[in-house]
Amino acid sequence: MNTRNLLVGPFNRVEGDLEIRLEVEEGKVTSAYANSPMYRGFEPMMLGKAPIDALTITPRICGICSISQSSAAAAALGSAAGLAPAPQGALVAAIMHGIENVCDHLTHFNLFFCADFARPAYAGRDWHDRAVTRFTAMEGSAVRSCIEARAQLLHIVGLLGGKWPHTLAIQPGGVTRAPTVRDRIRMSSTLAAFRRYLETVLFGAPVEAFAALSTAEAITGWSRGDAGLFMEIASDLRLSETGQGPGRYLSFGAYPLPEGRSFGPGVWENGTLSPMDTDRIREDLSHAWMLGDDAHPRQGQTTPDEDMRDPAYSWCKAPRMAGQTMETGAFARQVVDGHPAALDLAVDGSNVLARVAGRLLEVARTQMMMEEWVAQIRPEASFMDDVPVPREGQGEGLVEAARGSLGHWIRIEAGKIASYQIIAPTTWNFSPRDAHGTPGPVEAALVGAEVGAEEDTPLSVQHIVRSFDPCMVCTVH
Amino acid sequence: MNVLWLQSAGCGGCTMSLLCAEGPGVFDLLKGAGISFLWHPALSQETGSEVRRILADVESGALPLDVLCVEGSILTGPKGTGKFQMLSGTGRSMLDWVLSLAPRANHVVAVGTCATYGGVTSAGGNPAGAIGVQYDGHQPGGALPARFRSKSGLPVVNVAGCPTHPDWVTETLLLLAAGELAETDLDALARPLFYAENLVHHACPKNEFYEYKASAEELSQMGCMMEHLGCVGTQASGDCNIRGWNGGGSCTRAGYPCINCTAPEFEEPNHPFTQTPKFAGIPIGLPSDMPKAWFMALASLSKAATPKRLAENAVADRVKVVPSIKSGKQ
Repeated sequence: MNTRNLLVGPFNRVEGDLEIRLEVEEGKVTSAYANSPMYRGFEPMMLGKAPIDALTITPRICGICSISQSSAAAAALGSAAGLAPAPQGALVAAIMHGIENVCDHLTHFNLFFCADFARPAYAGRDWHDRAVTRFTAMEGSAVRSCIEARAQLLHIVGLLGGKWPHTLAIQPGGVTRAPTVRDRIRMSSTLAAFRRYLETVLFGAPVEAFAALSTAEAITGWSRGDAGLFMEIASDLRLSETGQGPGRYLSFGAYPLPEGRSFGPGVWENGTLSPMDTDRIREDLSHAWMLGDDAHPRQGQTTPDEDMRDPAYSWCKAPRMAGQTMETGAFARQVVDGHPAALDLAVDGSNVLARVAGRLLEVARTQMMMEEWVAQIRPEASFMDDVPVPREGQGEGLVEAARGSLGHWIRIEAGKIASYQIIAPTTWNFSPRDAHGTPGPVEAALVGAEVGAEEDTPLSVQHIVRSFDPCMVCTVH
Repeated sequence: MNVLWLQSAGCGGCTMSLLCAEGPGVFDLLKGAGISFLWHPALSQETGSEVRRILADVESGALPLDVLCVEGSILTGPKGTGKFQMLSGTGRSMLDWVLSLAPRANHVVAVGTCATYGGVTSAGGNPAGAIGVQYDGHQPGGALPARFRSKSGLPVVNVAGCPTHPDWVTETLLLLAAGELAETDLDALARPLFYAENLVHHACPKNEFYEYKASAEELSQMGCMMEHLGCVGTQASGDCNIRGWNGGGSCTRAGYPCINCTAPEFEEPNHPFTQTPKFAGIPIGLPSDMPKAWFMALASLSKAATPKRLAENAVADRVKVVPSIKSGKQ
């Protein structure tokens, strides 16, 4: 039996620190262990602070999902107060959040994920020369036009939120700056320029055409723009056959607006959508270097095991919904929202291709939504309502980051934070094993990945891991 | 000039901010100045064993290193081991790697307030034992001792900010590449003076409100945020309002206070960030270099002289009263 163990790290082009340990037999991964090797302790850090300080500190958990963290904190405080933000404030917050999510998807596609297709290992493939031209790290033409378009799109966050990342503009009662009619015109112009980028570079067609794709065949057969180049590569490398997810999809629902969430919430499995019930969440600590018992995040604690004892192998806790692993992210969100192409792809389960396709669909759909949101801004309205945070209470803030479901749970006693627990998207996707020995989603997805005899950092493993777009700084926080 | 970039314990936001550089974008800007990344964790192709080879070659001296950039604080916990952050695949802590690589580099640049002074990662009870590369909060001496000098003779260059402005990072690298950054170009906290010689207060759009102490009482109001809302822009180093962020924004332009994120220990102001601490109703913090008695005298005088326009606009979320126009010759 040809057996070997591999340690893959530093694992770059993921946000933050990740180490993957692999057991390989006969050229295939038989077991995988995902280690989140960095612990900072944001949850204990919050204890004893004024609740509103969560708005300053928690965005700094993550420089790539900063507005998501900010939105979750504001929502948790608003939930503790039992009050909603000003409707127009919620709209402006959704615009900022949508921009961050779209930028993250673009960064992932162009900088983090597709760079691997330019590797010499793929020389000789029909598409390789084009992949080198477009996706070579820091040099490729797609990489360069992406960062240019992204930087310009973020002008909208500069205008509404002062800067990106780490704005303090999103508050429980709304946003700190009331946009004027002139701001609205500027934002429309910025979005129009961004639409041109999407339609000439990424999709090679109107965003509506891509968003309207309704079958798996239509989306995998897309041939225009960089999306088309990806689909060609994915077909050749059979990326739809690797990185199988659990088939259970979680979404808290994205962009809470007065009329509801623009992408709906729920848990989807085998064609059945169940309503979101966060009471069924538990965080299992059996394989995390964390002390204490399994708990719902309302009762959870974060006490690191400073001796880092076995059998734990990660600082990441293992969240489970009704005892089961969940996949979260853009593909999960589009399945839960019922997008027909995503549902059709889900027939074969999630995989490397489906996760990228989910992001592309979402970029197209979010562009259309953001244009509508900007048009709905009423400069004469109030953008901030008074939402006083209570001296006693608890709250839950649920949002969708680019990478999936993000929850903040706060308990306030005597005007101070008595408990603050966070479950980030990659905490779900990159969780270690639980007490039953069930691997987390990425660990399970890696089983069966092919490993070449000469490979010590297998390309198949890199594609699978990056297809989840992990954000490791959020994972442990 | 080559750059090895390590992400130690932070949020990665300084890299994300760096990608917002414009006119030209970051890759063209650095390439145009002959600056290339030996490896960057978010941007480079190399992964796993390829990276371990680069690190080994730098460590052995086989590969000369011009600049070591460290983004994120250095974790010393648990129990002084640094094991709260292991550089994956290497079996060694980030603390260990930084100590080993810093003496190899011609220059060492700490990017962001976590890397410079510990930053937000050291907030609360500092659960992970976070320190800066060459400072621990205000105290000189972090992961590297206060006496450390890189091969070039410079101390660790502290590009502080949470996050850093993309231009603060690129211009520091451009100046180093051009041989134009000397120790005299750094302030007392080793921050480049080209941005740290300014105050966030400079060019703040709320300056007219400040002049008359016409204060906002709640976030979203237009008035000066110093009196009630925790703004310390008059004491904070940074050219945020001169340079502008993401197409021209800034914290105060977006209606929330400056929290002095370029300073050591900004993460623990000892009061809620968006509330001004007061003694007998008077804000405790004073503008930099302002004698207290004069500030008090001027403040009471200017408050008494506040025009109606500013008093009304200060507590509104948009301009309610426009400046009056002088009438022409009658």
